[in-house]
Amino acid sequence: MDFTLSSDQTLIKDSVDRFVADNYEQAQREKIVASDEGFSREHWAKFAELGWLGIAFPEDRGGFGGSAVETMILAEAFGRGLVQEPFVPCVVLAGTALAYGGTSKAHSDLLEAMISGEKLLTFGYAEERSRYDYALIETQGRVDGSDLVISGKKLAVPFAASADTYVITVRTGGAKQDADGITVVLVDRDTPGITRHDYRTVDDRRASTLTFENVRVPLANVLGELGKGLPLVERIIDAGLGALAAEAVGISGIVLRRTVEYLKNRKQFGVAIGTFQALQHRAVDMLIQTELARSITFYGTMALAQDAAPAERMKALSATKVQISRSGRIVGESAIQLHGGIGMSEEYVIGHFFKRISMIELELGDVDFHLRRYVALEKQPAASSANGALTHA
Amino acid sequence: MLPHRTRGLPPQAPAHFFFRSKAPGPHTSKNTRMDLSFSPEDLAFREEVRAFIKAELPVDVRTKMEAGIELTKADYVSWQHKLCAKGWLAPNWPKKYGGTDWTVVQKHIFNEEMALGGAPRQMPFGVAMVAPVIIEFGSDEQRAHYLPRILSSDDWWCQGYSEPEAGSDLASLKTRADRDGDNYIINGQKTWITLAQYANMIFVLARTEQTAKKQDGISFLLVDMTTPGVTVRPIVTIDGGKEINEVIFENVRVPVSSRVGKEGEGWTYAKFLLEHERNGTAGVAGSFQLLNRLRAVARDQRVDGKTLMDDERFAERTAQIEIELTALSYAQLRSLAAESSGNRPGPESSFIKITGTEIQQAITTLMMEASAYDSLDPAKRSALAYFNTRKTSIYAGSNEIQRNIIAKRILGL
Repeated sequence: MDFTLSSDQTLIKDSVDRFVADNYEQAQREKIVASDEGFSREHWAKFAELGWLGIAFPEDRGGFGGSAVETMILAEAFGRGLVQEPFVPCVVLAGTALAYGGTSKAHSDLLEAMISGEKLLTFGYAEERSRYDYALIETQGRVDGSDLVISGKKLAVPFAASADTYVITVRTGGAKQDADGITVVLVDRDTPGITRHDYRTVDDRRASTLTFENVRVPLANVLGELGKGLPLVERIIDAGLGALAAEAVGISGIVLRRTVEYLKNRKQFGVAIGTFQALQHRAVDMLIQTELARSITFYGTMALAQDAAPAERMKALSATKVQISRSGRIVGESAIQLHGGIGMSEEYVIGHFFKRISMIELELGDVDFHLRRYVALEKQPAASSANGALTHA
Repeated sequence: MLPHRTRGLPPQAPAHFFFRSKAPGPHTSKNTRMDLSFSPEDLAFREEVRAFIKAELPVDVRTKMEAGIELTKADYVSWQHKLCAKGWLAPNWPKKYGGTDWTVVQKHIFNEEMALGGAPRQMPFGVAMVAPVIIEFGSDEQRAHYLPRILSSDDWWCQGYSEPEAGSDLASLKTRADRDGDNYIINGQKTWITLAQYANMIFVLARTEQTAKKQDGISFLLVDMTTPGVTVRPIVTIDGGKEINEVIFENVRVPVSSRVGKEGEGWTYAKFLLEHERNGTAGVAGSFQLLNRLRAVARDQRVDGKTLMDDERFAERTAQIEIELTALSYAQLRSLAAESSGNRPGPESSFIKITGTEIQQAITTLMMEASAYDSLDPAKRSALAYFNTRKTSIYAGSNEIQRNIIAKRILGL
């Protein structure tokens, strides 16, 4: 048991901390947020150059030999800087899909192109009638000869306007809630039949609704096995949960620090407001929640890094998401309250941290969803993810 | 819980501590230093502890523990003898005084197994509270005399800190120890003293000097309770418990050699002790055990053919507590890891105390709710456990005081 970083990991941490300090001052970030794509292609190229786009994948999966620990280090720093670049949707979600679902040379070439920064990918699973349930899929994939013909709609696909290729989930068999019949597939952005509705999210990122109408892709685009994609989806989601948790921890830490600074500097009634016990105790609760979130993030990260059995891994990541969401809400709301009026101001940075941590709370499943998944896994310890949609237990 | 994945360990083990750790294979990063899995040696140690408890813990003590019934002094002492014979009574002490040279992880495993195996909680007053003070600040004579007597259970210690007018504001204590030649004469009243009725020794904070600053002039004294002038009076608590007492000192004459360290420096030693105490009060392993009890209670409750554990809302409320407890257990491991690299338990022990006690309270709250009308029956003990654990956010420095400590010492407010 060891909580310390290796020397390689310490180097990564130093370099990502430096990147955030140099490139994500508030004014710099505002410029990036206001740009068309909502992130900086220049920064993305730098991520590639520094190896961050491939660092978290084991070598036999086409990466540079790291693990979820490296993802955690990067994502935490990105949280601290409110970094806009689509690291989680592209590298963690779509990248995991390719690294663990890739079956051909074309797939590993695409992963390589993603790692080199040449291709940008994203991942879409949510639908109008599924909420967070990744096994509840109505988007149809009909096998037609050597093609898959896709019809349906995916919601809130992150940075889809900028992505070259989408990784999406479709149903190629079974009823809409069955564990069987789920397929993960690559769809190039220019494939005929795709309509995109782009929008800027409430936390200043970019997302799209993607509508697929008889979109024809070759079966060779299928990641993993046709109709047997649920375990792959679970792995993708869990990898994403780990990264989101680290991002939330990064946000919590900086929000706590800035709030405490504010309490020390802001004067009312002739004294620093940080001398008031009611405010002190609220700040302490922020610290407690930040530490709980950080601790459970280690737990979830190790479940990923050590390749725990699927049911254990899912339980660990659901626990992680429940805790970081609950903690994040307390930290975010307290930060606004302790800042008073200035916390409500769009010009001031605290509100932006609050918005991001609030959206993290929802992404890839909220507290209720993951409590339900956790309890279902507890009840059915023997059920492997491949033979039952645990989310429906 | 996922017992089938825990290397053949019985189902009560918290599965989340055991990721099925594969041999370093192609999927394992060569760069991964951070590693929260247990080594094969640690797992073997866990088996050893578990086997010991299973073989040595008397059946009647186990039964009482499972039912939440108070143990007698004889119950505690017989178990302490077993641990002492094995050399496991004081794992945290330096080996030369009869401790162990276990790693932080082993100590953690030991505590966890003790709680999960239904062993009596370790009485902290001697082993975990006064002994570290004696080891750190006491004289050679004190170490030679008291430490073996703690190990052999010849001495049962209790804590003379709080007074009727000195609770959270402990430094305002008024008990005085006036010098008279080679003796101190102690007068005053101490209160909220757990199991003083079993104790023959008490460590006392007493004022040896009236000073401007109230933290100064306090000394740390080791007092034999059979000394004339010491009176113990029970205080019955709202759960019907007879665990706590007040102890009154009337012209109690003790030799100056019973003082630990320097005269007037007692506050420093008292704080040192409190930081050790706090880590113990989090009761993380005990809470995992309490969750098992809660689940057992809920499985016995039937509504319309189903058990309460099948109730989604109840199961989720239980899960939510378990998740927070899991987070806390990793926080505690982080703190222990920091301690093992040479840091004393610092103000972060306050955070662990706050969260640990809030979780204990949350579990017993659910226990009372789960028991429905059974709660009314004192024999079922579930409402009593709820009443009893209200104390946890008060003792060892109330949770509000802990928040003050964090605000000042960690946040710098």
